[in-house]
Amino acid sequence: MTDEYEHFEAVVVGAGPGGAAAAATLAEQGVETLVLERGVDAGSKNVSGGLIYAEKSASYTIDSVFDGFREEASERPVSEYYIHNLAGGKVKTLDLSTIHHHDTEWCDAVLRRKMDSWLAERVHEKCSETGGGLLTDVRVNGLLREDGDIVGVTCDEIDPIRADVILAADGVNSELAREAGLMDWDDPDEWFQGVKAVVDMDPDAIDERFGVDPDDGVAHLFSGDLFEGVRGGGFLYTNEDSLSIGTVFHLDSLAERRAEPHELLDALLTHPLLDRWLDGEYEEREYAAKLVPDSKKAANPSPHRGRLLLVGDAAGQMQAQGPIIKGMNHAVTAGGLAAEAFIEARTRGDTDVAGDLYERKLVDEGVMAKLRPRRYRMTRRLSENRLATKVAGCLVDSLLGRTGMKLLDGVVERAFNSPFLLGMVPDTRTSYVTVPRVLGETLGERIEAENDIEPPDLADRIGGLTYDVGDPHIELLDESHEASGTAVTACPVSAEDFGGGCYRSETVERNGDTRQVVSLDTQPCVECGTCAVVADTHWEHPAGGNGVEFRDG
Amino acid sequence: MNTIVLTKGVPDFREGQVSFDEDGHLERGKTPTVMNPNDKHALRAALQTKVRHGGTVSLMSMGPPGYAEILREGMEDVYAEELYLLSDREMGAADTWATSMTISTGIEHLEEPPDLIFAGFKTADGETGHTGPQTEWCLSISDSLPDYPLISHVVAIDIDEDERVVRTKRLVEGDVSEIETVETELPAFIVADPEFEPTYRRAEYRLRHKELREETRTRAAEFGEYLDDDTDSDPTDWENFHMWGHEYLNLDPDFIGLDGSPTIVAGVDPIPKAPSEREATVVEADDGEGMENVFEELAPYAGGD
Repeated sequence: MTDEYEHFEAVVVGAGPGGAAAAATLAEQGVETLVLERGVDAGSKNVSGGLIYAEKSASYTIDSVFDGFREEASERPVSEYYIHNLAGGKVKTLDLSTIHHHDTEWCDAVLRRKMDSWLAERVHEKCSETGGGLLTDVRVNGLLREDGDIVGVTCDEIDPIRADVILAADGVNSELAREAGLMDWDDPDEWFQGVKAVVDMDPDAIDERFGVDPDDGVAHLFSGDLFEGVRGGGFLYTNEDSLSIGTVFHLDSLAERRAEPHELLDALLTHPLLDRWLDGEYEEREYAAKLVPDSKKAANPSPHRGRLLLVGDAAGQMQAQGPIIKGMNHAVTAGGLAAEAFIEARTRGDTDVAGDLYERKLVDEGVMAKLRPRRYRMTRRLSENRLATKVAGCLVDSLLGRTGMKLLDGVVERAFNSPFLLGMVPDTRTSYVTVPRVLGETLGERIEAENDIEPPDLADRIGGLTYDVGDPHIELLDESHEASGTAVTACPVSAEDFGGGCYRSETVERNGDTRQVVSLDTQPCVECGTCAVVADTHWEHPAGGNGVEFRDG
Repeated sequence: MNTIVLTKGVPDFREGQVSFDEDGHLERGKTPTVMNPNDKHALRAALQTKVRHGGTVSLMSMGPPGYAEILREGMEDVYAEELYLLSDREMGAADTWATSMTISTGIEHLEEPPDLIFAGFKTADGETGHTGPQTEWCLSISDSLPDYPLISHVVAIDIDEDERVVRTKRLVEGDVSEIETVETELPAFIVADPEFEPTYRRAEYRLRHKELREETRTRAAEFGEYLDDDTDSDPTDWENFHMWGHEYLNLDPDFIGLDGSPTIVAGVDPIPKAPSEREATVVEADDGEGMENVFEELAPYAGGD
């Protein structure tokens, strides 16, 4: 019996691609590494749209860290990339292959449960050799401090652990990043919300309907008039024997318009354009949702404090610029760099400088420039100004704008394919709604098909997920409609006039007063974190092994 | 820290598995045999000891040769190394007394006396809860073994290896349930309560647990292959499996099995099924009048009240 805290050289929190890359890099250099994952299995808590890139310019890629990744863990490679601008029953399709292939060594579709659990096996093997390993079902719930300094982590299931370095790769809702004051949930405009359906499809049907070889795949993006004016878009990626179809919206726009995420997803699924691929058949395997940081605003330029280094979504390292969405690759690079930083610091005999070294590496290796492009910062003030947005919107919509678009057919495609121009695309309605709509209307071809598929309703979607939440992990601090009402619509598993979700609107009468309030039941929670931003809550993850379990992810 | 877990094969009483004849007697031949569900808690207690303190876990049972399958199942649960089956026609139809005599003799024949002996809380067929404590009593009169103080209803275990002390929490159920802390020196005999919960509060324990799981999977699969191999009818040539008869144990057949059992079962009264509280009428789909009655009965509820 010992009362001493356990000690590991490195503790990695979270077994996603960022944590996996960090742990593998550390272990290969003989650093005693313990990885703590709160899911029942790595990947069971993870959702992504589904494309992982390997960039030529990156110092670490997932297959450079993990041999055989593409053969074993990913779905189809994505060699073609299109965007469909939809308006008034018309579509203008642009080929974005140039921007897709820019700096790209390869890009594969992935399903996270399969991918992350494969990674976790490798990580455990590597870490075991150092005296560490990977544990699932353990939730790290805070930082262990000594005289105010961070010296380790505390957990629900096990006693506190001391470590020389803590790599928090615990995802977009990182509790460690928040406890350290490095991230917050304050501004809806720093976040996107993604919602996704994984749809069954026979591999032969995928080959035929998408016109791809059995070992090849394609990505389609969607924007225009199908999302009730909410800023964002849709995507469709081909997996081995399924499709990932989803939508990603700016959370502030979603909240402001009181839009229902699952309805916006349905708007995409039932759009006539999708008939060419779905062909009247629709078997939804899984419904999932996640919050996505917008690195342009949320990426922390100094993602460390003491022995704590943040990696991936936890540090806001998720790049979304126009049609290009890259997150997992940056997490992998950051994970590798954080590990490298610690190893260098250890060699110098001063592990406390790991954080500073990491910060420098993110800049030197070009990661920060991708996450927070200077061009965006410089043009943002002007282009996201309301008046400028209005003027630009009207201009594009005007006869002049439309004629211009016509003249520019071809140039538009080139513009969309320019990494330089995309770096300054403002997050306004003009970019997301007006331009695609006018493109569709002015240059589009009419869609003749009809799409009569019926996606499952929200109750069925929730019913299809596996849960064992245990004690409520979210506390509603202010139940008033003014403070927390937005959660009823913005939460992907809640809706107005729906009693089976997390958040519900209720009218209560007290002492003759009638008041609109919000009630919360955490049972159907998918742990996306939306309500942490749009409502007044105390938000934590469920204990290890509890809560939603994604089978595809 | 070397431990042994005592386990028994019992009829699988779960719905869909168990079969009774018209008089309500158990049809043993038609009902599959499984490990006594309560023994799983003893297995978990032994596993916690192995994970936290190392050493080996053995499993022991008394029964027909087919019980080897129960031991294989147990091996997967507790990552056991050695399996002991006390099996002999002379041991058949034993009551708890004769069983305890046999089992305690089996324990005497182990190479080294175990540090901890674990048993489950009563079996699903006999429901006596005697065999564990009686075995402990038999051990206490054994010349070749140290004393094994008995702690029953154990819900948590903590061992201090240096001091050779085991500290347990036991659940004492009366008008109110209480948790009692009982400490004793090793070796000891522990009966696990169904409320037993293992605790692994250190990462090293959980890492070791994971490592053992992988090791055991291979070992149990290997044993399973021996058992499934029809051409090799003698699984005892598998080095970790030991099947011992009364001669090997030097037990007088008059003191074991049916002959050694003072208990006489005078008769078995089936417990009648509780009468249904609801009335049921069977209506066939082609019975027009009957179906009309059904609709009339249901109609008042159709409004959703």
